[in-house]
Amino acid sequence: MTRRRFESGVELCLRFCAGLSVLVTGGIFLVLLMGTLAFFRDVSPIDFLFGTSWTPLFFNKQFGVLPLVAGTFLVSLIAMVVALPAGLATAIYLSEYAPRAARRTVKPILEILAGVPTVVYGYFALMFVTPALQQILPNLAGFNALSPGIVIGIMILPLVSSLSEDAIHSVPTALREAAYALGATRMQATLRVVLPAALSGISAAAILAVSRAIGETMIVTIAAGQQPRLTMNPMVPIETMTAYIVQVSLGDAPAGTLEYNTLFAVGMLLFANTFVLNVISNVLRERFKARYA
Amino acid sequence: MSAAFHRLWRTLGDRLLQVTGLAATVAALLVLALLLVDVFADGLGRVSWQFLTSFPSRRAASAGLFPALMGSLYVITLTAILAVPVGVGAAVYLQEYGSQGRLARLLEINIANLAGVPSIVYGLLGLGLFVRALGFGRSVLAGSATLALLVLPVVILATREALRTVPQEVREGAYALGATRWQTIWTLVLPMAFPGILTGVILALSRAIGETAPLITIGALTYVPFAPDGIMSPFTVLPIQIFNWVSRPQADFRVNAAAGIVVLLCLLVTMNGVAAWLRDRYQSRGGTT
Amino acid sequence: MPWKPTRRTLLFMKNVRRTAPALGISILVVFVAGLAVTGCGSPDTSSGGPSEVIAIDGSSTVFPITEAVAEDFQLGNQEARVTVGVSGTGGGFAKFCRGETDLSNASRPIRESEIELCAANGIDFLELPVAYDGIAVVVHPGNDWVDTMTVEELKRIWEPGAQGKMLRWSQVRTGWPDRELHLFGPGADSGTFDYFTEAIVGTEDASRGDFTSSEDDNVLVQGVASDELALGFFGYAYYETNQDRLKIVAVDDGDESNGEGAIAASPVAVRDGTYQPLSRPIFIYVSVAALERPEVDAFVEFYLTQAAPLVREVGYVPLSEPEYELVRTRKNAGTAGTMFGPGASQSDTSLVDALQRSTSGTP
Repeated sequence: MTRRRFESGVELCLRFCAGLSVLVTGGIFLVLLMGTLAFFRDVSPIDFLFGTSWTPLFFNKQFGVLPLVAGTFLVSLIAMVVALPAGLATAIYLSEYAPRAARRTVKPILEILAGVPTVVYGYFALMFVTPALQQILPNLAGFNALSPGIVIGIMILPLVSSLSEDAIHSVPTALREAAYALGATRMQATLRVVLPAALSGISAAAILAVSRAIGETMIVTIAAGQQPRLTMNPMVPIETMTAYIVQVSLGDAPAGTLEYNTLFAVGMLLFANTFVLNVISNVLRERFKARYA
Repeated sequence: MSAAFHRLWRTLGDRLLQVTGLAATVAALLVLALLLVDVFADGLGRVSWQFLTSFPSRRAASAGLFPALMGSLYVITLTAILAVPVGVGAAVYLQEYGSQGRLARLLEINIANLAGVPSIVYGLLGLGLFVRALGFGRSVLAGSATLALLVLPVVILATREALRTVPQEVREGAYALGATRWQTIWTLVLPMAFPGILTGVILALSRAIGETAPLITIGALTYVPFAPDGIMSPFTVLPIQIFNWVSRPQADFRVNAAAGIVVLLCLLVTMNGVAAWLRDRYQSRGGTT
Repeated sequence: MPWKPTRRTLLFMKNVRRTAPALGISILVVFVAGLAVTGCGSPDTSSGGPSEVIAIDGSSTVFPITEAVAEDFQLGNQEARVTVGVSGTGGGFAKFCRGETDLSNASRPIRESEIELCAANGIDFLELPVAYDGIAVVVHPGNDWVDTMTVEELKRIWEPGAQGKMLRWSQVRTGWPDRELHLFGPGADSGTFDYFTEAIVGTEDASRGDFTSSEDDNVLVQGVASDELALGFFGYAYYETNQDRLKIVAVDDGDESNGEGAIAASPVAVRDGTYQPLSRPIFIYVSVAALERPEVDAFVEFYLTQAAPLVREVGYVPLSEPEYELVRTRKNAGTAGTMFGPGASQSDTSLVDALQRSTSGTP
C-alpha cells in the first residue's frame, strides 16, 4: 500500500469517527421521533401537550403530560431559587473579594459538589434533608418536591458559580477601574457595572443550570415520589418527566405498545426542552464572548 | 442625607456584599461536608472485606457488593474500549484535519449540544437502538455502548483541549522534515498530548461510573447475584445496587446503601486523584521554552 | 533552520514514553484480574463451567420468596445463576410469554390474553401455587382516626369514578378529619393491583389513576411510613417486615359467615379464611421448555420443597404440607395450563379443590 493511500485511508477513518457524533445526535432524534410518532397515532398531540391528567397506565387512560411538566417545573424552580443567588454570590465573592489562595483551594472543592453521583444526592435528600425539613414543616409529606429541589440546587450550584465567575472575569478591568475612578466602592462597581456587563454570560450560565435541573433523574426518582399531579405545592408527592421514564423502565413495556411509546413521547419533550435551552445558552455565551473577547 | 450617613451606607453595603458572598461559599462547603459526614457516619462501619465480596441477600447483614462492583468495573472497561478510540479519532480529525470550514463548525456545535443532553435520553437511545433494534438485550454490551455514547462528547472535548496545547511549531517542524500528516500526529502530537487525553478519559469514565439512569432504562436488573461473565451477560452496577438498597425501607439496608456510597466515592476519589496527579506531573507547557 | 527538539521536549517525551507502557500494562492487569475473578464466578467456587442463567421476573409480592429461594439455592449450588426482576405480574407475564424468562412470579392467575400470547409463541407453562397472601391495608402509625374500614369505603376511594373527586378523609367517613387523602398503591402491571381492584371494586384493573403508583412495594412502604395522611395497600410480607413503621387497618367485608366484623390481615386470618376478600394464593409459572434444563428443574424442585420455612420467614402464609404435595405432583406430572379457567376467579376457587381436580385429571 502506498503511503498516500494509507494516509487517505486514515483520514477517512478519522472522518468517520467525527461523523459518528452526528450519527449519535441523529440516532437520538430518530429513536425519539419514531416512538413519538407511533404515540401520536393513538393520542392527539393537543391532548398530550395540553391535557391536565396523566394516567396512561390505568383504566381511565388520560394522556395529558402537563402534570409531569408541572412536576419538573416545580422542582427546577426550587433548584434555581437555591442555586442562582447562592451561585452568583459565591462567584462574586471568589472573583472580587477572595484572596488568591482561598480561590485556589475553594474552587476545586466546589467542583467536587458537581462530581458527586446523583444517586448519592438522592440518598442524601431522602435520608437527611426530608426528615430535617419535616422537623420544621410537619406537614411535609415523605415524598415531596421541596427536598429534591433543594438538593438539585446544591448540585448545580458549582455550575452556576464557575460559569458566572468566568463571565465576571471576562469583563475588562478597564470597566471596573473606570467605576473606581468615579469613586465607587467594590459593591457599587460590582453590582452596577460588572454584573450588568456580564449579564448575558450569567444568563447563559443560569439557562444551562436550568437545563441540567430539568434533566436530573435519580434525585427526583428517589425523593420526589411517583404521583403525577398538576400542582405548585412543594410539600406533596409529584412526578417529573424523568421519574416517569424510570418508572416505566423498571416495569415492563413490551415494544410497540402504547405504554412503551409514552416513554419516547415524554423523552422527546424532555429532549426538546433541554435542547432549546442549551442552544439559547450557547448563543448567549457566543454573544458575550464576541463583545468582550 | 448627611455625608457621614452616605459614607456609612457605602462601606456597609460593601461589607454586606462581601459577607453574603462569603456566607454563600461557606454554606455550600458546609453542605458538602454535611453530605460526606452523614454518608460516612452511616456507612463506613459497614465496609469490610465481607461486604466487598458477598452477594446481595435478603438479609441486610450478609448482603454484599461483589456483583455490582465487578459489573461496574466490567462496564467501565468496555466503555473505555468503545469510547476512547472513536473519541480520540474524532478529536484528531476535528483538530488536525479540518479545523476550518462549515462542516467542522457544525460538528463542534453538535458535540457541544450532545454534552448537554440529559443522561436518561441516552438511556432511551440505548433502549431503542442497542437493546431492541440491534438485539443486544439487557447485556453488558448494551450498557457499555450506551455509556460510551454518553461520554463520547466529553472525551472529544478533552482530547481537543490536549491537542491544542501541542505547539504548532512541533507540527511544522515535522512537515519541514518531510513527514506526512498522520506520521506527525502518530509519532509526535499524540504522545505529547497523551497526558491531557488520559486525564480527560479518566474524568469521563469517573462520570460514567456514577451513572444510574441510562442503565436502568436499558434494563440492568437489581437482583443479579453473580458477577458478569461475558459481554452478553446480565449485570448490575454499583449505583444501581445503591439505588436498590435505598429503596428498601429497612434501616439495615439504608446502612448498606451508605456503605455502597462510601465504596463508590472512594473509587471516584481514586480515579480523580490519578487524573490530577497525571495533570500535575505533566504540567509542562509542552515544548519549546 | 531545521527544527531541533529542545532538551525539555526530549525529556518530556521520554517521560511519556516511560509511563505509557506501565500505565497500559497496569490497566490490562486490572482488567485481566477482573476477568479472572468473574470468570471463576464467586470467590470460593467449585469447578464446572458457569451454567446458563435462570431468568425470573414478575410480581413484587412474590419477589421476596423467590429471592430467598434463589439465595439459598445458590448457596448450595455454586454454579447456579439466578436473576430476579420486579416488573410486576403483568410485566412478568409479558416477558414470560415472549420466552425471555424461565419462571414468572405472579400474584394473580394468568389471564386469557396472556394465555393466548403464550400459545402464539409456543410457550407451555405450569402453574404452581406457592403461598397464601393477605393484602394488607395500611396507614401511618400516627394516624389515630382509622382502625377499621369497610369494603364499601375502600371501593369508594379506589374506583375509577373517584379520580379527581375523592380527595379528603372526611369524604370517606363522616367524622374523619377534613384533611387530604394521600394514596399509595401498586401500579397497573402489578398482580396485587389486579387482585385488589377485582376484589374491592368488582372489576379487574378498574381503578383511579391519580395516586402514587409503583411496582416496587418498598417505595409504597416508604411513602406510607413517612406521610401521616397516607393510605396504601400491598402484600402482607411488606407489612410484616416493617411493622414498626406502619399501622394495619382491619377490613370489614360485611359478611358474617367468614368472621364477624373487621378483621386485620395476619397469617392466622389468612390461613383460616376469615380475612376476606383480600386473601389469595400466589404463584410461580414455569415454562415447560425451561423445565427440561436440569438446573431449572432442580431450582423448581428446591423451591417447592423448601417453600414452607422460607415463606414463613419472609412473612407470607405457607400452603399446608398436603397442598405442597399436590403441587409437587402437579409439577412432576407436567400438568400444563391454568386451574383458573374463564369465569373462575382467584377469590372464589378453593385452592385445594382446584389442585385436586387438576391432578386427578379433571379439567
